[in-house]
Amino acid sequence: MTNTFSQVGTNVRKVDGMALATGGSLFVADLAPENALCGMILTSPHAHARIVRMDISKAEALDGVFAVLYHGNVPRILHTTAGQGFPEPSPYDTAMFDNKVRYVGDRVAAVAAETPEIAARALSLIEVEYEILEPVFDPVKALQPGAPIIHDEPDAHVVIPVPYDKDRNLAAFVETSVGDVDGTLARCDIVVSGTYTTQYAQHCPIEPHITLCELDPYGRVRITSSTQVPWHVRRIVAQCCEIPVRRIRVVKPRIGGGFGAKQEVLIEDVCTMLCLRSGQPVLMEYSRKDEFVSSRTRHPSVCTTTLGFSKDGKIQAIRMHMVLNTGAYGSHALTVGSNCGSKVLPMYPCEHIEFKMEGAYTNLPVGGAYRGYGATQAVFSVECLIDEVAAKLGRDPLELRVQNHIRSGMGSPIFKALGEGTEGVEMTIGSCGLPECISLGAEAIEWKKPRTSSGRKARGVGMAILMQGSSIPHVDMGAATIKLNEDGSFNLLMGATDLGTGSDTVLSQIAAEEIGVDTAMMIPLSSDTDVTPFDVGAYASSTTYLSGGAVKKAALLIRHQILEVAAEMLRCEQDKLSIEDGRILGGAKVITISDVALHSLYSHNQKQIMASASHITEKSPPPFAAHFVDVEVDLDTGFVKLLKYVSAVDCGTTIHPKLAEGQTEGATMNGISFALTEEYLFNEKGRMLNPSFGHYKIFTTADMPEMVTIMVPTYETTGPYGAKSVSEISINGALPAISNAIFNACGVRMMHGPFTPERVARALREKS
Amino acid sequence: MIPIELDINGQTIEMEVVPDLTLLDLLRAVGVVSVKKGCGEGDCGACGVLLDGVYVKSCLILAAQASGHSVETVESLGNVEHPHPLQTAFVDAGAVQCGFCIPSMLLAAKSLIEDHPEPTVEQIREGLDGNLCRCTGYVKQIEAVQTAAAVMKEEDHD
Repeated sequence: MTNTFSQVGTNVRKVDGMALATGGSLFVADLAPENALCGMILTSPHAHARIVRMDISKAEALDGVFAVLYHGNVPRILHTTAGQGFPEPSPYDTAMFDNKVRYVGDRVAAVAAETPEIAARALSLIEVEYEILEPVFDPVKALQPGAPIIHDEPDAHVVIPVPYDKDRNLAAFVETSVGDVDGTLARCDIVVSGTYTTQYAQHCPIEPHITLCELDPYGRVRITSSTQVPWHVRRIVAQCCEIPVRRIRVVKPRIGGGFGAKQEVLIEDVCTMLCLRSGQPVLMEYSRKDEFVSSRTRHPSVCTTTLGFSKDGKIQAIRMHMVLNTGAYGSHALTVGSNCGSKVLPMYPCEHIEFKMEGAYTNLPVGGAYRGYGATQAVFSVECLIDEVAAKLGRDPLELRVQNHIRSGMGSPIFKALGEGTEGVEMTIGSCGLPECISLGAEAIEWKKPRTSSGRKARGVGMAILMQGSSIPHVDMGAATIKLNEDGSFNLLMGATDLGTGSDTVLSQIAAEEIGVDTAMMIPLSSDTDVTPFDVGAYASSTTYLSGGAVKKAALLIRHQILEVAAEMLRCEQDKLSIEDGRILGGAKVITISDVALHSLYSHNQKQIMASASHITEKSPPPFAAHFVDVEVDLDTGFVKLLKYVSAVDCGTTIHPKLAEGQTEGATMNGISFALTEEYLFNEKGRMLNPSFGHYKIFTTADMPEMVTIMVPTYETTGPYGAKSVSEISINGALPAISNAIFNACGVRMMHGPFTPERVARALREKS
Repeated sequence: MIPIELDINGQTIEMEVVPDLTLLDLLRAVGVVSVKKGCGEGDCGACGVLLDGVYVKSCLILAAQASGHSVETVESLGNVEHPHPLQTAFVDAGAVQCGFCIPSMLLAAKSLIEDHPEPTVEQIREGLDGNLCRCTGYVKQIEAVQTAAAVMKEEDHD
């Protein structure tokens, strides 16, 4: 499709790019006043223990200590840290501080002190006596009768009607089925099955969690936080600290990456309480170790999937049983779990589908939202098993996918069956560029070209196809306000939360396109709860599609208001006029938007040209992708070298092509790093052994393969200017695509991530 | 307390510091906030500075060790009105997403271009190896360094 837009589809300069590149004072840590106290948290050294005695008196008495918090002196308000819409689908199983600790890294106490040194000293003076309890680390064992019960407190509960059974460590449960899976599988010519596991991993934003809380002269708390969910922060902090929402202002400055980790109200409650108790500004930041141990992670998974095919290569039935390890708290367990089904099973339409998900509490770090959100875990099994079927049928795995994948105009009963804590929404696929993604990706990787292995180096190719969603239909809401200034510029006030993705730029482009001005005329301000309208936040791949919809609506209202005033000025019919590049055309003379602004503000019948709009969505159109990888496996060492990786993505219209490519490249690289190196190592007591970048390897420039990114344009009629989402999908491909390529290279099937040399070498030894 | 004197972006600073104060914490304390703390352990590379022109991680150097030396941070490269070619190239290539790692990466890039005025992709990969970025996948950053190197060479000729 040719681009008929003037702003959309162009690579305008990222609005915050130069301020960031010149090192401006933009992040939370840069904005802290000199007198801010240091907030610091004491964490549990035990995986499962009851606190039988605590004495904070020595810490309180230390010079330079302003506040000490523990379960004995803060309200016990059970809540969820998951930054989700209200009422949240995650269980209320977390207190600011509790008399029980449930994993190594759980909160025990917090202090606010003049310096980090005094804060650390104060923490060391807090006396805690623990009664050690038996821990459970394996999610499957945790669900079995007789396992230690992690949430034995009577008051943990869910706030929406969903299954929850803390007495058997069941944090979340989903089950759905259509058709007759048992009967169909019995009649299938080919049935393949396998249990695939994914490991603990962390988002690793280069800026760890950080929050600054300050009291203003009116007694209100200003929370400047590195968050993806400012409005959920405001609501949950109000809940936990028992203060009204009106006393809280949340401001989001620039954010140093989130990837889902910052869709969590993790430290804002403690920091606010320290600020209220001390009356002083408090800065609380996680160390890198805290970020690994006490922040949030990708829920590890054990996924048993069965696929049934007829011998003509047509899929007949899918069964998936997913066990998610949610760790000590059930944050996002239900919704990550349901997304395992809803973002993967519709990819291969068939009439017989069974899905069951159990989210298990364990005494390990807490799961949360992580880019990919369940699709990452679930697509691993399905896309590897498709290759297994192809091998059995003697078919090209690419062609088998082409024969079976979902297409434009098709639906899936899963869309209706699996929502996010509620029933889902029936949906027919609108735009689907999957065929083009597959063909262009195959061409780029030279799919058909025979790979020659030599000596100990085995070559192979693999692929995977993917889908995600764009926002949560009927749940998520975004809103925007636009107002016109004298020089023809516009304040674009958005709830939408730019966490480094570039959404301020993308949404400015959408507003500028709709009004008919250059993007440079937009002055975006995102996420200040006192100033901008509401938005649920930056998650669920929603910002461009959902918040973009709100911006577009508000911009349309602005355009009408401008033309109304212009018609009055030009004494003509409004419908004769149009706006192009900031000028009003079609009247007796050409006037500018600035002329209109000056007229409306100062001359006659004065008013502020401004408009607000809210947007919810009826559907969650999936972006699609095909990933391809060319690998070389060292048969002696098991080292898997990626030679080339191709990501072909259909995200509808790319509002800003370079930013869309950047989202794809970043997600792809994170996926590759997860597939090959990233994992948590624990000792037998549940302590993470590698909480540093020195021991938890994320990819650098030296590790990366040749990367090819292909954006396949389609037009999603329900999205702003045809756009769907792009941010999450490409993190999901590497795990199955690389497993398939390793299988293609040397015949071993890697079913447990990450594919480290040790694991691959072991698999090779077991095969021979 | 240890008396130190160092040059930060052309300005001489004289003060007394505790012995275990890192150069990173000193820089941030005197308002040079482009230098970021991502780990404090020398792994992430967000705190890079040029110490007498050599790219180093400021969290691994004590402020007292830096005494008598000159420190250059991204504030000395350029500003919003007059950016350095590296800054322009990074922004225009789409190499800046969240931007947290960028000031340090720009200094690493400057240092590598000084060593290799026409850097190959391999040399850039080696030169930026110590700078973690979780947003971009590095593709656009490598592109940006090549673009900037070409512009800088051109400017040298002019």
